[in-house]
Amino acid sequence: MANSMEIEVNGKRYAVSYPPDTPLLYVLRDELGLTGTKYGCGEGQCGACTVLIGGAPRRSCQIPVSAAAARPITTIEGLEKEGKLHPVQQAFLDAGAFQCAYCTSGMVMSSIGLLQANANPKREEIVQFLQGNVCRCGTHPLIVEAVQHASKMMREGAR
Amino acid sequence: MNTVREKFAVEPERYEFASAPMHQFELQRREFFKILGAGIAVFVVAKDGLAVQETAPGSRSFHNEELSKEITSWLHVDEDGVVTGFTGKAEMGQNIRTSISQTLADELRVPFGSVRLVMADTALTPFDAGTFGSRTTPTMTPQFRRVAEAARNLLIGVAAKEWNVPPEGLVAADAKVTDPASKRSLTYAELARGKTLAQNLPAEDPITPASEWKIAGKPLPKVDGRAFVTGSHQYTSDIRLEGMLYGKVLRPPSFGATLASVDDSAAKAMSGVVVVRDGDFAGVAAPSAHEAQKALDAIRTQWKEVPQVSSKEIFAYLKKNGEPTSNERFRRHKGSVEQGLAGAAQRLDATYNVAYIAHAPLEPRAAVAQWADGKLAVWTGTQRPFANRDELASIFHLPESSVRVITPDTGAAYGGKHTSDAAIEAARLARAAGKPVKVVWTREEEFTWAYFRPAGVIEVKSGIAADGKLTAWEFHNYHSGSSGIETPYDVANQLTQYHQVPLVLRSGSYRGLAATANHFARETHLDALSRAAKMDPLEFRLKNLTDERMRAVLEAAAKSFGWPHKKVQEGQGFGLACGAEKGSFVAACVEVAVDHTSGAVRVVRVVESFECGAIVNPDGLRNQVEGAIIQGLGGALFEAVEFENGRITNPHFTSYRVPRFRDVPEIEAVLLDRKDVPSAGAGETPIMAIAPAVGNAIFDATGVRLNNLPMIPNGLRAS
Repeated sequence: MANSMEIEVNGKRYAVSYPPDTPLLYVLRDELGLTGTKYGCGEGQCGACTVLIGGAPRRSCQIPVSAAAARPITTIEGLEKEGKLHPVQQAFLDAGAFQCAYCTSGMVMSSIGLLQANANPKREEIVQFLQGNVCRCGTHPLIVEAVQHASKMMREGAR
Repeated sequence: MNTVREKFAVEPERYEFASAPMHQFELQRREFFKILGAGIAVFVVAKDGLAVQETAPGSRSFHNEELSKEITSWLHVDEDGVVTGFTGKAEMGQNIRTSISQTLADELRVPFGSVRLVMADTALTPFDAGTFGSRTTPTMTPQFRRVAEAARNLLIGVAAKEWNVPPEGLVAADAKVTDPASKRSLTYAELARGKTLAQNLPAEDPITPASEWKIAGKPLPKVDGRAFVTGSHQYTSDIRLEGMLYGKVLRPPSFGATLASVDDSAAKAMSGVVVVRDGDFAGVAAPSAHEAQKALDAIRTQWKEVPQVSSKEIFAYLKKNGEPTSNERFRRHKGSVEQGLAGAAQRLDATYNVAYIAHAPLEPRAAVAQWADGKLAVWTGTQRPFANRDELASIFHLPESSVRVITPDTGAAYGGKHTSDAAIEAARLARAAGKPVKVVWTREEEFTWAYFRPAGVIEVKSGIAADGKLTAWEFHNYHSGSSGIETPYDVANQLTQYHQVPLVLRSGSYRGLAATANHFARETHLDALSRAAKMDPLEFRLKNLTDERMRAVLEAAAKSFGWPHKKVQEGQGFGLACGAEKGSFVAACVEVAVDHTSGAVRVVRVVESFECGAIVNPDGLRNQVEGAIIQGLGGALFEAVEFENGRITNPHFTSYRVPRFRDVPEIEAVLLDRKDVPSAGAGETPIMAIAPAVGNAIFDATGVRLNNLPMIPNGLRAS
């Protein structure tokens, strides 16, 4: 049955009432209207639903809302600050690293997770880290390029 | 559709063009300006057969005037100088919103940023048969150039009248008209103010040659890029309407199964749940997705199943059930294959099999339906909004004018989103619920209940002379299709035949259609023939090719790759392949590394050259080419839909392997810009050469010839 709980998303606290095993993805999208986080497979196999929970990239389709309630959650909508894009968003935009762009939110969130843990990843490390994110359009080379570009921007002081 | 030119190798789009509905031109002139505000509007009328293919038969009225039925595009310049182009084409990642905007800005002589496009909305845009067949660029580029040129001339005419000077001396540039004699100028916004001028124009030949393009031809970034990196773009699956319910549909356990009995009482008893039963359709709508799923799970059913063909026996089945040689429509014959074979120095026969594969667009099929006053509005990610509208109108017994289909920019399709399944489901549930309903297919539904690129069997017989010239070529494709079936090589004696087979799995369009299968068979076979002739594969192809554009892409790829390449490492192999389809040309050179101990195959490097006439946006084109290479690697190496007893046995990303980052080789796309040739489409042809080039490289590395797609679903040894 539905439980009331509080979750913190993008710095705001929300009271939600959902069965505790409901995947976070559905609460974000259907309840809070944060539709930038995408459903791609519901099985944790494509990465389209990736959000940051306590700063770490997680598949929101696999995390029960109750398990996410204790830590701050960041979605793609929470990255832009005062009209300024996060360097990873800016790098994706600069590189044109998207085609249909349905995977983009998940790619951006996963890449932020990578760069937080490893500020200067080697190419192979980017490839390894994003292995769980599907881009069906085949934009992989530009996505890797964007992450390298973001890494450089961030090391040079952009956030 | 009855206006489609009958031409050999027209792909039988099996479920398409089933009917030729009468279309109404619904937007009256008064309404048009009411919606868009005053300004200047131009409508373009198709001229040639290819353009007519985008339009519908039947007459339409426009402001009580008979309007030519082949209106295919229009644009409007408003009082603020904003230019809006209208097209029934849909954006789904191929970047046509950007490339068409470039074309419009270029021809109208306005900044790129002042152009917007209204796309794929049956209430607002001209009829369009669908976004498929690599036809957007070849049809829309000249049409939007014509429409923009006419608008430019209208604006010049307004200025001429204003200044009382002849229009001939006036110049349109930078969104204004200038009189060089008097140095006066008026912006387009000023010229459009207070006007409601509209003009129809017949489509004439293209206007500004590619060599003079200023905005088109440049690598401009994707329109709305910021909306995609911030997550604010609303795909169909993101739409939320007031009071909207979430819908789920009951699926049979296997293909062909019918409902024997249903007990939906438990689902009906759930609060807020609407249950719909209509023939074999059963579905639910509920205030949340999880409540909808719970209600669906509560429906008890018994099904009557019927025997179904399985993937293990599919190739034998297709061969056995293929129609014989009687269908002349799919048969081409030249010279005498028998004589050609008899006179050959060497003969080679081989059979190639191609598995079913899935499109697996990352955004699954989705639709949001809303009824109001007996009228239906549906948002859905489809390649054929107008056909979806017609199907909805037919299914719900409505006039077409009561149905509106809107296609937001979509999370990809690759040929997989022609049908209106999700739209019909959402509309049926919404009608019963009396509220808007959203249906988003699960990944498993997408892998099971969508449709597939058909499997096929291809048989080739061939002969070559002692000098390596082809003397005979006989090519039979069973089931997978006739796209790209004709050989581009010069052979005096040839027979090409496509054999239709009744559908086993629901099948349809796919990026490149059967051209991928036909090129795989042909280019693998050519490679084997070059080995038999003891000739270099490139030299062998060039010896048998006279088409200049084909030779040019082959030579460009070979040059960038460094062909012939010397083997310097154990397990290294090099292969190439080429092809032409839909007015564009492709050649790929591939390097693989095979680990002889484990059998692991790694595609190390791909150089692919592509030529599609004048390039409209080189960055967009590069994305299409690189994307096609990567997507093509999946079907080449490991993608296959497996099925047994009417069930898809690998309907998940865990079991249906798509290319991921580690599968991606070093890629170099060599784009040949032919400014003297009209722009062709680029969405499909770049996918055709990769599979045979990889296979030929594996042969070069190992001596193992792989004649089935996928080639190594379980690694080289196990296959």
